[in-house]
Amino acid sequence: MAQDHNLAIFRGRLKFKSNQSKIWGVFTLLSIITIIEVALGIIKPEFLTTNKLFTLKYLNWIFLILTVVKAYYITWDFMHMRDEKMGLRRAVVWTAVFLVIYLVAILLIEGDYIFDVYKENYIKFNF
Amino acid sequence: MDATVEKPSTENKTWNGGNKPLNASYGKIMMWFFIVSDALTFSGFLAAYGFSRFKFIDSWPIADEVFTHIPFIHGNFPMYYVAFMTFILIFSSVTMVLAVDAGHHLKKNKVIIYLFLTIIGGLIFVGSQAWEWNTFIKGSYGAVETKGGKVLQFVKEDGKRVALGDFAVSIHSERTKQSSNEAIWFLSEKELPSVTLSEVTKGFLADESLLIRTQYLDENGHRIVLSRDESVAKLTNDGRGIVEGANLKHNEYGTPLFADFFFFITGFHGFHVFSGVIFNIIIFFNVVIGTYERRKNYEMVEKVGLYWHFVDLVWVFVFTVFYLV
Repeated sequence: MAQDHNLAIFRGRLKFKSNQSKIWGVFTLLSIITIIEVALGIIKPEFLTTNKLFTLKYLNWIFLILTVVKAYYITWDFMHMRDEKMGLRRAVVWTAVFLVIYLVAILLIEGDYIFDVYKENYIKFNF
Repeated sequence: MDATVEKPSTENKTWNGGNKPLNASYGKIMMWFFIVSDALTFSGFLAAYGFSRFKFIDSWPIADEVFTHIPFIHGNFPMYYVAFMTFILIFSSVTMVLAVDAGHHLKKNKVIIYLFLTIIGGLIFVGSQAWEWNTFIKGSYGAVETKGGKVLQFVKEDGKRVALGDFAVSIHSERTKQSSNEAIWFLSEKELPSVTLSEVTKGFLADESLLIRTQYLDENGHRIVLSRDESVAKLTNDGRGIVEGANLKHNEYGTPLFADFFFFITGFHGFHVFSGVIFNIIIFFNVVIGTYERRKNYEMVEKVGLYWHFVDLVWVFVFTVFYLV
C-alpha cells in the first residue's frame, strides 16, 4: 500500500524521495501561494485593479487561478488523487468541474442582467 | 491488508463485481461520492453569493474594510486573521495526511500524535471562526440606515471612519428598553442601539468636518463620499434608524445580503469543520485503543482524512470568494 505513491509533482519535474517529504513540499507550495494571495489582497496594486480581462479585474483572475492551483494540489496530493485510478479521478473531477462551471456561469450572467434592470429601468433604489 | 480483506474471485467476470475500473475500496468510493455531492452544495451557496454580488455589484461591501480585527490587538489589520485561519487549516490538513501516511506504515504512535495535532488545528479554526462571527455581529463603527435600506457611514474629511458614539450629542430621552415584565407579556425588544438617530443627526449638524460615505462604489471600487451639503440633505431626508453590527436583517457594513451569506456560508463550513473534528476524535480513540492495529489496516483514518481535506478544500474557495475577490 505504502510503496505505490506517485512522488513526482510539476509533471515529473520535481521528484521527492519519500511520501513525507512530498507532503512537506506541497505544504510549502500551498503556503507560498497563500502568502502571495494575502499580500496581493492587502496591497492591491493599481495596475491589477484598473485593467480588466473579460469584465474581470486582473487581480481577481490571479486570485481565481491561484485558488484552482491550490485546490489541485490539495486534491491530488493530500487526497491522493494522484495515486488513484484514472477512472475514479475523472468520475470525481470532471463531474464536479462541469456542474460547477455550468451553475456559476448561469447564475453570474443572470445576476449581471438583474443589475442592468435595476440600473437602466424604471425601478430606482436611490433613496 | 491482505490478511483481513477477502478477495472474491472476480478477475475474469464481466458482471457481478468483475472488471474493476476504479479499483478502490467501497468505503473510499462512497466517501468520494459524498464529497462530490457536498462540493456541489457548497458551490451552490458560493454561486448564489456571486449572483447576489453581481446583482448589487456597485454597492457590495469590501471585505478588507469589514474584517480588520485581530484578537487582543486594536487597530486596522485587514485580512491578517483570516490568513492565519487559512494557515491553521492547511497545516491541520498536512498533519492529517501525515497521519494517513503513518497509518500505511502501521506506526500507531505516530498516527496518534498527528491525529491529535489535526484535532487541535480544527479546534483553533472553529474557535477563530466563532470569534470572527462575534466581532462581525458586534460591529465596529455603526451606521445610519436609510428608508431604502441602504447604509450611510460617517467619515472625517480625510476619509477616516468615525464611530457613531464619537460625535453623537446626548439628548435626554424617556425611551427605555421594553421588556416583557413591564408591558404586555408578549411585547419585548432587543437591546436598544447605544445612540438614537436624533442624537446622531444633531451631532452631525454640529460638526462641520463630518461627511457621509454611501455604500455605493465608484468605477475604481472606492466608496462614494458625499459633499457636506449632500451629506446633510441625505441624513435629514433619508435617515431612518441606527444599525450597529450585523444580523440577518440589518448590516452596518452594507447590504444585509452580505451578512446573510457570511453567516450561511461560513456557518455551514464551520459546521463541517466541527463535525470533522468529531470524526477525528472518534478515529483518534479508535487508534488509541488499537482497533486499526488489530485490523492491520488504517484505511478508516484515510477515509476520515478525505473528509478533512475536503473541508480544507472548501475553505480555500470560501477564502477566495469571500475575502479576496
